[in-house]
Amino acid sequence: MINFTLNGLDVAVEKGFTLLEAAKFYGIELPTLCYNEALSPYGACRLCLVEVGIPGRSRLVSSCTYPAGEGLYVRTHSNRVIETRKLLIEMYLATCPGSKTIQDLASKYHVTRVRFKQKHEECILCGLCIRMCREQMQAKAIGFVERGGFRRISTPFEKKSEECRLCGGCMYICPACQARCQGPQEKSAVCNACLNLSPPCLERFDEMMCYMDPCVACEQNSRGEKSER
Amino acid sequence: MSFLQARLRSPEQFAAMQQKLRLRRESNERYVAICGDTGCAAWGSKNIRAVFQEKLDNLGVKEIAIRFTGCLGLCEYGPIVVVFPGEIFYQRVKEDDVEEILRETFLKGKVIQRLLYEDPLSDKKYVRASEIPFYRGQKRLLLGKHWKIDPVRIEDYLAIGGYSAAVEAFSGLDREQIIEEVKKSRLRGRGGAGFPAGLKWQECYETPADKKYIICNADEGDPGAFMDRSILEGNPHSILEGLLVGGYAVGAEEGLIYVRAEYPTAVEKLKLAISQAEELGLLGDNILDTGFHFKVSLSIGAGAFVCGETSALVASVEGRVGEPRQKPPHLAENGLWGKPTVINNAETLANVPLIFRLGSEGYGRIGTENSRGTKIFSLVGKVNNTGLVEVPLGMTLREIIFDIGGGIKEGKKFKAVQTGGPSGGCLPESLLDLPTDYEDLNASGSMMGSGGMIVMDEDTCMVDVARYFLRFLKDESCGKCFSCREGIGRMLELIDDICEGTGSPGHLEFLQEVARAVKDSTMCGLGQTSVNPVLSTIRYFEDEYRAHIEESRCPAGVCKDLIRFEIDKELCNGCGACLKSCPAEAIEGERKKPHGILDWKCTRCGICLETCAQGAVLKK
Ligand SMILES: Cc1cc2nc3c(=O)[nH]c(=O)nc-3n(C[C@H](O)[C@H](O)[C@H](O)COP(=O)(O)O)c2cc1C
Ligand code: FES
Repeated sequence: MINFTLNGLDVAVEKGFTLLEAAKFYGIELPTLCYNEALSPYGACRLCLVEVGIPGRSRLVSSCTYPAGEGLYVRTHSNRVIETRKLLIEMYLATCPGSKTIQDLASKYHVTRVRFKQKHEECILCGLCIRMCREQMQAKAIGFVERGGFRRISTPFEKKSEECRLCGGCMYICPACQARCQGPQEKSAVCNACLNLSPPCLERFDEMMCYMDPCVACEQNSRGEKSER
Repeated sequence: MSFLQARLRSPEQFAAMQQKLRLRRESNERYVAICGDTGCAAWGSKNIRAVFQEKLDNLGVKEIAIRFTGCLGLCEYGPIVVVFPGEIFYQRVKEDDVEEILRETFLKGKVIQRLLYEDPLSDKKYVRASEIPFYRGQKRLLLGKHWKIDPVRIEDYLAIGGYSAAVEAFSGLDREQIIEEVKKSRLRGRGGAGFPAGLKWQECYETPADKKYIICNADEGDPGAFMDRSILEGNPHSILEGLLVGGYAVGAEEGLIYVRAEYPTAVEKLKLAISQAEELGLLGDNILDTGFHFKVSLSIGAGAFVCGETSALVASVEGRVGEPRQKPPHLAENGLWGKPTVINNAETLANVPLIFRLGSEGYGRIGTENSRGTKIFSLVGKVNNTGLVEVPLGMTLREIIFDIGGGIKEGKKFKAVQTGGPSGGCLPESLLDLPTDYEDLNASGSMMGSGGMIVMDEDTCMVDVARYFLRFLKDESCGKCFSCREGIGRMLELIDDICEGTGSPGHLEFLQEVARAVKDSTMCGLGQTSVNPVLSTIRYFEDEYRAHIEESRCPAGVCKDLIRFEIDKELCNGCGACLKSCPAEAIEGERKKPHGILDWKCTRCGICLETCAQGAVLKK
């Protein structure tokens, strides 16, 4: 067993667990876009970030690819994680607002504005379809081509693939196109129609890691005011 | 070379041969070093060599050797020819000068004044290379060897003590002793991160495995950087020797040099060097009958910047797409083909033989407390002497730029120096006295990186500089991490707005917020450091950003959307020079009457400003 500290708790998981698996095991939810239990982790969407290391000497890593290690000090909902994750979600919204998965994430993590210029892309290049095709369907019909801003998903030599059996696994697993969001209009990126959750964290209570707003116990909201409810 | 043909069978045989070569060399130090590197080759140094050869053959002179060397520095003054003994430095040598050099300098010992280097600042002429201010301030422990050896002749390297560190290592020292020695020398990686080389070796050494690898990272993807290439081409055996010592220390029997396909000369020189060392029995099975096996092969990369990152490099060698992966597991546990692997930068490895030659203590005396040894910087930009400079670590930026580099071109004012390659930072004048030390550079928001050093003068717009580097990094990102691929693009979008005058007051703060998130959330060093050009320019040149945003003004007059050209009606004499030269046909006017610029047609190329003899074109 590997022993380490997760959000202040001493935890133990089997060797070979990633931090994401460990967090799940202990009932801590982390957002993911490029992760699927049935596929190898890839670490591309960066949403599953957690903070590893003692404050002051810590860094953010993708929990889906980071192996749980003896004695690690891990925080899944520190301010730094939350702020960074929110900005990433904002960037996702600005890039690919047509995905219900992303719109849901925005609401869930309380991202209510988009300051970037609006794009309307279809693909977030999470690579799930590629791994699905390769690992579950044994087909290897698609892959990434080019790099940087030109990166896209295509078949070898951009020709109709003979390996593809038209199983549809790639579409099934796609977080961007599998469920299109009906909410957002072309002009505004944020839907937030299903915004029915409280903000996930109170900045002031970072170290305590309390997610309630207003707090059930002290009935204070994130600005320190008494709740009116 | 009869005694070079036989395979050496013991360390004693090696020592005897080396001794012979050394004595022969000492008894005749008459040779001419002709720089054969890219810069001088472009100036025609190949022909110079041919003419030297022809004249020597005609004269029947055998005792004067020709060494066609790696880069000698001062590339601008090529072709460079140095006459030994005497170290007489001739610059801008032409084919017609060759005969005179042979006749006057070699035979009569006379110096040809016309060919000497003249310092542009003091107009003083210098005879000996080491007196020239450019070289005087340097400590050329690595580059200095280039003067003495022809990279295609292993005997040159052997004669100056080459391979003795390697032979000493595997014939007499324990692996722990070697690692201890390197640790004591405090050699740190020259490829970017500055990780202690000895510790890296130790980690790999301590990981049990049936097979291990050592890789020389000669990918060198930083634009404008050529220090590794210079060593690969000028002294390839020093890298092989470093690999041999490292390979023996960590327990690897296979070494690999990862070099980019854009370096064909380096590849050619390395191939030759490997085959020469193999023939002598310094590489291969059972080296010098000590029971140590070591082979070296080349792996040619396709030139992606990101493939310099160690895990992407491994992927590329294995034939996969060059994409980094999350570490841990570190390469010392799970590297090439899943085996423990050490990756060292080429310059780091070239330092290894030096440590054994000087002793870890001697080596450790060079540099500062935390940064030992010398570092090669590629000094480029608006500085008088451009080229590779090798200095003790810790020398201040001012000494490098002004004393060695000869100051700013055309007497302009220094504005900033960008260190550390594309993902380094820009440092202002107030930090000129900063020592080039790993920690100091990091703390100032820049980095050592691989040693790029771009000097900028007052005509440079720092926002534009940040934009330039972001563009490079956007193209070179592998595109795996959303935060890097999209984040760099978004930062660029914001900077584009600022350069185009459409930035809003919140732009600057937002840009910093995005930069921090990109830095934090990206997996590999490329994305993490991609924000340095942005954050460092904001940190030191915030006023300039603000001028763009708040006043729609580019103080340096670079950003095209924020400048305008006008013709002063008083000064214009209607000569028509600008009208003829304007590629956009944006200038109108009758002869002898003041001209005018049609702003809607003007592309802000600035050609009119350069052509106007009256100084009537104004940039606003
Ligand atoms: C994007 C990126 C590009 C890099 N390019 C190079 C390179 O071209 N050459 C190099 O030696 N190191 C490069 N590095 C650094 C290597 O990852 C690694 O730190 C180095 O090769 C280790 O050798 P050293 O310890 O001797 O410096 C790069 C790192 C990153 C993140
Ligand atoms: S789920 Fe970990 S990076 Fe995407």
